[in-house]
Amino acid sequence: MTLTLQLFLIVSAALFCIGLLAALSRRHAIFILIGIEMMLAAANLNFIAFWRFSPEPHEPTGVMIAIFAIAIAAAEAAVGLALVISVYRHYRTTNVDQLDQLKG
Amino acid sequence: MNSVAFIVIAILTLAAALAAATLQKLMHAALSFAVTFVGIAAFFFLLGAEFVGLVQVFVYIGAVAVLIVFTILLTRRDVEKDRGFNWSGVVVAIAVFGGLIWAIFKTQSVSVTAPAIPVLTVKRIGEVLMTNYVWPLQCVGLLLTAALIGALILVMEEKG
Repeated sequence: MTLTLQLFLIVSAALFCIGLLAALSRRHAIFILIGIEMMLAAANLNFIAFWRFSPEPHEPTGVMIAIFAIAIAAAEAAVGLALVISVYRHYRTTNVDQLDQLKG
Repeated sequence: MNSVAFIVIAILTLAAALAAATLQKLMHAALSFAVTFVGIAAFFFLLGAEFVGLVQVFVYIGAVAVLIVFTILLTRRDVEKDRGFNWSGVVVAIAVFGGLIWAIFKTQSVSVTAPAIPVLTVKRIGEVLMTNYVWPLQCVGLLLTAALIGALILVMEEKG
């Protein structure tokens, strides 16, 4: 079986949708963050796959985008987890359904 | 590129991702989340971007997964499980997956095989980072500093 770009895109789409599943169907704040990180990683995989199969591979554009995206995702995970800890200290819960003080 | 390696890594990654998304206990989900990133790093190695694969291992598994385990430790309740599961999220995820697969199969230009490329060295990445991408590099440095200070301020206990 020759590896085409389609196979890598299908795997990255499946990973993205699993991350979307985790972010949408869970009630715990940390699970939602796990889903978001998975979606970012799937997009990185997409970029690297497109770089590898591109007709001009001496320009490492896809690799650069992936490196910067990893750095930004790590910063965002740190701030998101700091927010989860801070909310837990205040409200003693991590269930996002119970954080509804601004509702209606 | 080895197609057996591709199939093995794909099965490992997707199984670990499904486990991370659907397991009830938080610790188990966090550890399978780390295994997912091992699989994605293996994909990067397979695609010839070894530097990004190692950066992925260092940053995601070494920092983000450990951060998540620490946060689970610090926000522990009596029952450590996640009791709610929303089934409409499954429907939306399957619909998005269907849409993406349809778009991938409809495009003609993505059924190409891998061309032979020169090896991407770290020297080349360093050159490009310091010449073409020097502004994004400085901006990411600034962003990381801001995120560090922001995260510290968020979790610092207020005095007095």
